[in-house]
Amino acid sequence: MHNEFLMGNEAIALGAVAAGVNLVSGYPGTPSTEVLETIAKRRTDSIYVEWSVNEKAAMEVAAGAAYSGARSMVTMKQVGLNVASDPLMSLEYVGVKGGMVVLVADDPGPVSSQTEQDTRHFAAFSKLPCFDPSSAQEAYEMVQEAFAYSEKYGTPVFLRPTTRVCHGYASVSVKDADEYMSHTPSGFVKDSARWVIFPRLSYQNHIKIEERNEKLSEDFSAYKRNQIVRPSVSETGSDTAANESPVRKGIAAAGISFTYVLESLKGIDSIPVLKIATPHPFPEKLALEFLEGLDAVLCFEELDPVIEKELTYICGKHHLPVKIYGKLSHHVKNAGENSRDSVFQDIRRFLKDTYDNTPSDSMTGNSSDVPPDLPVRPPVLCAGCPHRASFYAVKTAMQGKKTIFCGDIGCYTLGNAMPLDMVDTCLCMGAGLGIAQGVGRIEPDTHCFAFVGDSTFFASAVTGVINAVYNQSDLTLIILDNSTTAMTGHQPHPGTGQTMMGGVVDKIDIEAVLKGIGLDMVETVDPLEHKTAVSCVKRVAKEPGVKAIIFKSPCIAVTKPKGSMRVLTDKCIGCKKCIRELGCPALITPKGKVSIDLSLCTGCTLCQQLCPTDAIVNRKAGDSNE
Amino acid sequence: MNRNIVLCGVGGQGTVLASKLIAAAAMNKNLPVMSAETIGMAQRGGSVFSHVRYGYNVSSPMIASGEADIILGFEPGEAVRMLPFLKEGGAVVTSSRAIMPVTATLSGSSYNGGEMITYLREHVENLFVIDPLKACEEIGSPKTLNTLLLGAAVYSGAIGLSEKDIKEAIAARLPEKFHELNFKALEYVRKHSE
Repeated sequence: MHNEFLMGNEAIALGAVAAGVNLVSGYPGTPSTEVLETIAKRRTDSIYVEWSVNEKAAMEVAAGAAYSGARSMVTMKQVGLNVASDPLMSLEYVGVKGGMVVLVADDPGPVSSQTEQDTRHFAAFSKLPCFDPSSAQEAYEMVQEAFAYSEKYGTPVFLRPTTRVCHGYASVSVKDADEYMSHTPSGFVKDSARWVIFPRLSYQNHIKIEERNEKLSEDFSAYKRNQIVRPSVSETGSDTAANESPVRKGIAAAGISFTYVLESLKGIDSIPVLKIATPHPFPEKLALEFLEGLDAVLCFEELDPVIEKELTYICGKHHLPVKIYGKLSHHVKNAGENSRDSVFQDIRRFLKDTYDNTPSDSMTGNSSDVPPDLPVRPPVLCAGCPHRASFYAVKTAMQGKKTIFCGDIGCYTLGNAMPLDMVDTCLCMGAGLGIAQGVGRIEPDTHCFAFVGDSTFFASAVTGVINAVYNQSDLTLIILDNSTTAMTGHQPHPGTGQTMMGGVVDKIDIEAVLKGIGLDMVETVDPLEHKTAVSCVKRVAKEPGVKAIIFKSPCIAVTKPKGSMRVLTDKCIGCKKCIRELGCPALITPKGKVSIDLSLCTGCTLCQQLCPTDAIVNRKAGDSNE
Repeated sequence: MNRNIVLCGVGGQGTVLASKLIAAAAMNKNLPVMSAETIGMAQRGGSVFSHVRYGYNVSSPMIASGEADIILGFEPGEAVRMLPFLKEGGAVVTSSRAIMPVTATLSGSSYNGGEMITYLREHVENLFVIDPLKACEEIGSPKTLNTLLLGAAVYSGAIGLSEKDIKEAIAARLPEKFHELNFKALEYVRKHSE
């Protein structure tokens, strides 16, 4: 064993490597991405790893490996599980031979997601066991245990960390390479009664799954990570009202919230804490042991009140006179992240009174001392981002026309910000195409645009294009091809020609795909050539049917900057057209005059192209009187 | 010895690297370390933070209000934003250079960070303000804000690490060609804080 300073996701990856995982597939998505990236970096020779085209493909690849007796893992974020849910729901009825861990990272807040959905519900829905780590160290050990449970019970299992566990760092004690488990897959054995799902098989297996989950609930009650913790009283005695009240109180918590509870209870005596590491199947026996002798329990969990409901159910089932408090009773906030502060305040209120009074949210604050107005910093497209140029070209070309701009998931969602204001809708991966078609059916006089990035195109937009062509829609498809998956940190995809195994393969050509589907008009343009781009949009948008423009220009984070621009102060008339129309972070006004932040400018020249007085020049050219 | 350190700034400024250096320095002293940082959409020019905690008996990577020994502000407004985390008598080291958000540029706001520094002076006794433009001119590179702040943090006494600890972390974590430059930055801070 040795210590490494690891991000939770890195710890999960190294745990899987130590467990002898044979195959890892996934699709990038915050906060899950670093798991697969770390496996690719730290893998042994016997591990195959891939970014799949989307989560559904990844789930199926991992399932096939597990059918063949391999240990497999599939990684995604919570909304990715929606994409992969079709194979997963059926897979549970079929089962696996090798251990299979489904890593789904949930995102309370949400920090970087469309929803605050809770994968613990998905566990109950799909009947899969679910593991919920509270720290990087625990996640490291838990993934290894999850593989063992998966094999013992022949079922895929969820490992469901949340953002603060995924992205929190800790010094983690990890195995040396010679301590890794090695796992040799036994191979796929033909058995159609096992691997081919049919209604009769599903009925029989459903019975087995229900029996198994009852057994698992027993098993999990003895699992060491589900536990009743009594915080040690190292500091002097009990400081607060814990003992003043005749009401016997306890706290139930999970995940990162469990660590917030431990921090809040430092120095407080005799408050038992039930830690739930397996929300499904719920460790009922252990919960009963915890509830016995208590009068009130406050639950801390992020996203949905899963533990709160389970405890309420157990109290009802066993006629226990214990009051269960939490999100449902409005004693803990029911959306967004918990924090050290919110948990501390909620515990204080819980210990002080018996909630006879209505809960109040008053925090003691000294409001007399107000700091100056802080700058608001919404995320923006980077300086030099080619998406800005693409949006600006379409905006310019379609000025005055009735339009709808359907956006999608990726950096380019940020095109919604002022002054571009070029994203009218955004729903989920690949949805822009379908939305544009639906709007077009109801409003035939609207020019419908769908914007989609290159990675998203491969992940889930291709079927939308086929639907549009087959059903004779009128729409302009804009592909924002920056040759990477930028938002999640530059992962390769089918259009980049690199794989996670380090291979260089044939790129899948988006233009050829579109032509293959039957689009007659597919134009590829550099969006940073503003005039050409605008005239291309004008030409293409007026044609009927489905047509496409591929705006091709690499992400600034994966290319060297071309240089930088500067403002000729004698020529600048201060109209600020560049700032008003582009909203580029490199365009600043330090003393009321337009200037260019050298440290940000990439020399994309877009501002130069729209300056009415030619006051913006390349830093190398022109005179030097700035 | 336990320390809670908040680093804050604007996406792209390099708060993550600084927090990694602090963590490495603490680990070299065989202390357990936990940290947390902003990852995701906010990295595109939004407000970002890192929490670093080292020492024993720490359960959570997150720091609570009034718990931070020191705040390292890469931008003065962001330092003010994080001030509720500072404990009574804690230290703040901050860059004086404001970064104007695009929204402020668009609306013609006059934000320049000056009022933030004034506010900090009024509210923080143990305050170190660094003018990165001036410092970087003398050092000869625009990319040493990280190390300047770390150096100031050392001299505030609130970070619990020595210049030697930071130097060793830099030597272990950064490519060799950057060592000299960063050592110069530490030297600059020492010279100007005496």
